[in-house]
Amino acid sequence: MPWSEIPKLTTETIAVAMSGGVDSSTVAAMLRAEGHSVIGLTMQLWNQRRLAGRDGMPESVQGRCCSLDDVYDARRVAQHIGIPYYVVNHEDSFERDVIRPFISEYLSGRTPIPCSLCNNHLKFEQLQLVARQIGAERVATGHYARVAFDASRQRWFLKRPADHSKDQTYFLFGLTQEQLSRTLFPLGDMTKPEVRECARRHGLALAEKPDSQEICFVPGGDYKRFIDAYLAEQGESLPDTAGELVTTNGEVIGEHAGVHNFTVGQRKGLGVATGSPLYVIQISGADKQVVVGNDEHLYSRTLRARRVNLISLAEIREPMRVSVKIRHRHEPAPAIIENTGEDEILVTFDQPQRAITPGQAAVFYDGDIVVGGGWIS
Amino acid sequence: MHRVYLDNNATTPVLPEVFEAMRPYFGEHFGNASSIHHHGQETRAAVESARESVAGLLGCSASEVIFTSGGTESDNLAIAGLVEAGDHVITSGIEHHAVLHAAKNLEQIGCEVTVLPADGRGLVDPNDVKRALRQATKLITVMMANNETGVLQPVEEIGKLAAEAEVLFHTDAVQAAGKVPIDVNRMHCHALSISGHKLHGPQGTGALFLKKGTQLHPLFHGGRHERSRRAGTENVPGIVGLGKAAKLASESFNNGAIERLAAMRDRLQRVVLSCIEGTTVNGDGAPRVPNTANIRFDDIEGESLVIALDLKGLAVSTGAACSSGAIEPSHVLIALGLRPEQARASIRFSLGKQTTEEDIDFAIQLLPETVARLRELSPAYKKQTIST
Repeated sequence: MPWSEIPKLTTETIAVAMSGGVDSSTVAAMLRAEGHSVIGLTMQLWNQRRLAGRDGMPESVQGRCCSLDDVYDARRVAQHIGIPYYVVNHEDSFERDVIRPFISEYLSGRTPIPCSLCNNHLKFEQLQLVARQIGAERVATGHYARVAFDASRQRWFLKRPADHSKDQTYFLFGLTQEQLSRTLFPLGDMTKPEVRECARRHGLALAEKPDSQEICFVPGGDYKRFIDAYLAEQGESLPDTAGELVTTNGEVIGEHAGVHNFTVGQRKGLGVATGSPLYVIQISGADKQVVVGNDEHLYSRTLRARRVNLISLAEIREPMRVSVKIRHRHEPAPAIIENTGEDEILVTFDQPQRAITPGQAAVFYDGDIVVGGGWIS
Repeated sequence: MHRVYLDNNATTPVLPEVFEAMRPYFGEHFGNASSIHHHGQETRAAVESARESVAGLLGCSASEVIFTSGGTESDNLAIAGLVEAGDHVITSGIEHHAVLHAAKNLEQIGCEVTVLPADGRGLVDPNDVKRALRQATKLITVMMANNETGVLQPVEEIGKLAAEAEVLFHTDAVQAAGKVPIDVNRMHCHALSISGHKLHGPQGTGALFLKKGTQLHPLFHGGRHERSRRAGTENVPGIVGLGKAAKLASESFNNGAIERLAAMRDRLQRVVLSCIEGTTVNGDGAPRVPNTANIRFDDIEGESLVIALDLKGLAVSTGAACSSGAIEPSHVLIALGLRPEQARASIRFSLGKQTTEEDIDFAIQLLPETVARLRELSPAYKKQTIST
């Protein structure tokens, strides 16, 4: 039976994925106040001390995900609102399912999104499993998104939140029907200021804690250093991905030190001086070429998405009009999507889009409803 | 909620008699034991009387007992205090981190450290110790009983080897004290660590036995407390509590308490093994302390089992908690040759003096359904049942 059919008045045992931030802390406090039996869980995903001070990585590890400060904050919130709280160790699967793919994507000339991988493999897979094992059928998180069961289509829908400026659905497109059916997003109808106000009302000391922005395991956002340090720790050498810098006409204008130093649309750090600004247009992992060109070369009308996950419908039988978001900070753009093969969708935009980047996700929206998404190839 | 505590290797509740013995030393008798006046004399007497009780538990003389803040300090004091730059130290891979990390830290001052393996039963082989001995060997440190498996190590044989080779021998007896009789002379040891809170004494108390005439570099520098081996005003209430706990522990070897503990542990183990398939006792086949059963439940995550049981009122543990409170696969079980997933599937049940038959009934009733639920949701278990 879908959860939506269970009478609203019953209280249930709910696990809350607590990161030590304002959002998930507020979720825990809200659900507790509603009378549910709440269990706080924090995933220990990465040992921030592991690479600290290595190969130019910063020594200090404070103030990031999986740092002791965040666990401390989450634990204090749990104690304050009076719920049992546990830290569960998923470092092994995080390294296998997030860190390793993150590095290999960069080394293949793509620009990965580790947050989506973490959601798919860790937060909405492993954590839901742990939650069910310990008696909680559903997991609530502090994501800004909405989930609802659509009776007419008999499917679980993922929708954009009331506060579009905080929309996190882009990172959640990989959720399966099973995962969505076991998920609660209690902040979906709230704005960030409302969440902070709610945190204050519940007496949470961290109500004013700043939001986290960067990738949790990459200090200061310097992913190149992270890759160097990680590979050095593993005793693996950085594969030689150095090669030529070529123009869109195929003219070789220089050399580069490795494809993982570039991302599509990048302007700085190309190492060549020309009259007009040059941008990375394309990265070819296979022949180690980085193609550069003018701003106008960055625009493209089509992309192919692979490893597709559909949410609001089971399959796309005929071309469908949607809006497509190609990076986190991108306003969904009108487009047509159509099936072009096994697990492949062709997206054709009405207007050419700037810097379509392989490795990022293309997420399809029908208004606020997430139709599905896939990885840009 | 009805709660049952089977994690006595982590810590034990202070016994009421112990608490009563300590109580006057928080208020009425408050003197600094080093003071010459009446107040100091009162507490000095209490400290020395406690020292005698600890000496009684260990089979040594009172002057050989140094009070510390706990097992970790005792281990560090022995290891850092007996070794000098350039020395060679022998230890084992199943030691508590208080020993393992203290020994590893010696490498920074130019010491060499040999870490011996354990066999599948969790035993360190004295022959390995013998083979590891060198000219430069200064200290052997091998624990008396392992904290996770409860396996008793062949410390008497190792002590004999050390004596023959004229090498110092330290043993971490934190998990043995109060559970099996200790006689430092039979073990030929020069140093032995105990902790108060593992034998129903207060947390933050411990002692190091140091054989008379053994040279020791103190960790702390300050006053001449503890015969200049451990500076710092004595924790009098704590020491009194440790003394009382040691006295009660000595008595428990003669009043049937240990046999009762062993019988309850054996029943728990027997019922779990017969009622739940895919269960194994880690360290089975080796002599063990009477209160510990480390049981492996194939194809489950021990972490989830510990949480699920806690939410139902049963406190047990797995592995060692890292600084965030998350559980790391046990280095002890890995040293026994278990695969990481097997180590993670292992749960430690440890009984204490206050454990009752009803507590064991509660655990026996709770375990089958909880394990079944976890296995139902375990990807590893599903795969296996489909393939068979």
